[in-house]
Amino acid sequence: MPKLIKNQDIIDDNYQLLETAPAADQPLPEGNLLVPLADWLENQQRYANHQGSVGVWLDSHEEPELLASQVQSLPVIAINFPQFTDGRGYSTGRLLRERFGFLGELRAIGDVLRDQLFYMARCGFNAFAIRADRCIDDALNGLKDFSETYQAAVDQPQPLFRRRMQAE
Amino acid sequence: MYIYDQYDQTIVDERVTQFREQTRRYLAGELADTEFLPLRLQNGLYIQRFAPMLRVAIPYGMASSKQLRKLAEIARKYDKGYVHFSTRQNVQYNWPQLEQVPDILAELATVQMHAIQTSGNCIRNTTTDQFAGVAADEIVDPRPYCEIIRQWSTFHPEFAFLPRKFKIAVNAAKQDRAAALVHDIGLYLVKNEAGEIGFKVIVGGGLGRTPLIGTVIREFLPEQHLLSYLDAVLRVYNRYGRRDNKYKARIKILVKALGTELFSQKVEAEWEHIKDGATTLTQQEINRVTSHFSVPAYEALPATSQQLAQQLADDPNFNHWYQQNVNAHKVPGYSIVTFSLKPTGVAPGDVTDKQLEAAADLADQYSFGEARVSHQQNLVLADVKQNDLYPLWQAAIQHGFATPNIGLLTDIICCPGGDFCALANAKSIPIAEAIQSRFDDLDYLHDIGELDLNISGCMNACGHHHVGHIGILGVDKKGEEFYQVQVGGNAGSDASLGKILGPSFAKEDVPNVIAKLLTVYVSQRTPEERFIDTYRRIGIKPFKEQVYAKAH
Repeated sequence: MPKLIKNQDIIDDNYQLLETAPAADQPLPEGNLLVPLADWLENQQRYANHQGSVGVWLDSHEEPELLASQVQSLPVIAINFPQFTDGRGYSTGRLLRERFGFLGELRAIGDVLRDQLFYMARCGFNAFAIRADRCIDDALNGLKDFSETYQAAVDQPQPLFRRRMQAE
Repeated sequence: MYIYDQYDQTIVDERVTQFREQTRRYLAGELADTEFLPLRLQNGLYIQRFAPMLRVAIPYGMASSKQLRKLAEIARKYDKGYVHFSTRQNVQYNWPQLEQVPDILAELATVQMHAIQTSGNCIRNTTTDQFAGVAADEIVDPRPYCEIIRQWSTFHPEFAFLPRKFKIAVNAAKQDRAAALVHDIGLYLVKNEAGEIGFKVIVGGGLGRTPLIGTVIREFLPEQHLLSYLDAVLRVYNRYGRRDNKYKARIKILVKALGTELFSQKVEAEWEHIKDGATTLTQQEINRVTSHFSVPAYEALPATSQQLAQQLADDPNFNHWYQQNVNAHKVPGYSIVTFSLKPTGVAPGDVTDKQLEAAADLADQYSFGEARVSHQQNLVLADVKQNDLYPLWQAAIQHGFATPNIGLLTDIICCPGGDFCALANAKSIPIAEAIQSRFDDLDYLHDIGELDLNISGCMNACGHHHVGHIGILGVDKKGEEFYQVQVGGNAGSDASLGKILGPSFAKEDVPNVIAKLLTVYVSQRTPEERFIDTYRRIGIKPFKEQVYAKAH
């Protein structure tokens, strides 16, 4: 089974990612599924009847606003990083956490590499499907690059300037 | 100036460790070229024409004498004994070894310096007026706000992988010396009718292949909202900026595509959600950072020095230098001195390790141990007593800093061009040198007066040719280098973009073309007019006619 970094641990990934919408006339695959956003929005009843858990994945250009009122019904939301240099997913992550109050698993998928994990974690991601050709143990170290940060973000809602004041 | 506390130091130290590890993994083959590229760029490390180039941040242009000495030491130890001051208030090393960059960063960290975000598709070093804090025409000192922006932008987790590079400039004086109108975001510090401090927010300016003057999206942003508003602008850009074409990825293209109205509506809508959150600045924080830029221990001096008046009367060379390289200071008895880094025959902005150390000594002796870098690639000692000007000038002569050409034709802004830069289509440094050599008569230069001549070796416009009164752009035609000449650009608060004169010129013709442009100016000007004023009055036609007339 593929591995996943979740909450700073390496665990088994027990979700199957459906890259495209499954055919309407075929049964859904068994088990936990991560399905494309548009498909999930259109076929909610179908997924509600599914035996396993169902999460949704968004591509980098897809707007989290489309999920706004429904995030609490989802156990997992995954954001695709088609290339690690495509930074739209960072904004998507923050919006899902900070604006729409998503509390479940926020997973980075796609071109997910060690050197981006620290930023992703700050933007609310707590799960990382590391690119298959990379060492997941090594990637885990990427979460520890810095012990201090300036800005407010999901992991630290108080910017350093407010914490400095409290420390004085 | 701003002094790091344990938090700032920790972040910079941890960055050194992080980059050391990234470099190790790259050299060990664990990171592909394409993966290392954005990581090294976010640390100002380019692979250039001949060697790597490392760009070190001089946040908002301020450096202590200790920092200057460290830059000199690094130049000696890891490079070829000189550094280049760029148009972004940064310093560039042209010959470091990739393997040694982590060690250079470790050395920089010991004097509270770094290379964070001096390149790459992230928020770059924030720039400001080199006379910040001492200019008489200033509303408030912009440097604390620049430092607040520096901290906010450092490793901003949401904006480390933007569609393109992102540059912010802050100006607080009546005269814009920061070229804020040609930045992704330009911030003008202003006071409203109630006397409260805030920002006029300008977005979407920029040079490069689509040069544009920025437009105002907010007339008054109260100071406490600075960072949340920047977050809103950057978030809109990050989400909706184009990523399919790097030449169309700057925020100016998004602003143009949406229109200023719709763009600002999007920003305002985003900001509504976040405006009163934890990122709202506190007065304590503004005060804390401001306290680092407190007024140095100025002496109570008469507004004008009798001694200086006598020296100016006695020594015409000193007088020349004083007229050109010394500016008025807001404190009585003090002056602002600009060291020219543009003597003829030296690449504009280049200084040797020895010169840097000399500048550090002079800063210690005459200017509270601090210096500034200007975006025109000169070095400024901002707090010099009028009675010290004469000995400072004599020392400046010894070290090659006293060329009395600030703001004149030979004070050329020039990118490193094809001599160093892998992007360049043409060389720019030899053009600057040819022009400097041709126009080395000081009386003539003074007669011509204020004139910005800017040279870029390619469309990326690092030499800001679009906003030079005269701008020169190196172009490549079938493997040969040619030079396109523009006139009418200006970088100040009345910013304008230059117009192309006509067909480009061979390298050896460029000084003649400049001479012809100057002939038109001299014959047409009214007594008070600068080159740019005459151009604005008479238009491009007379210049065009004169330049192309005899070519046929």
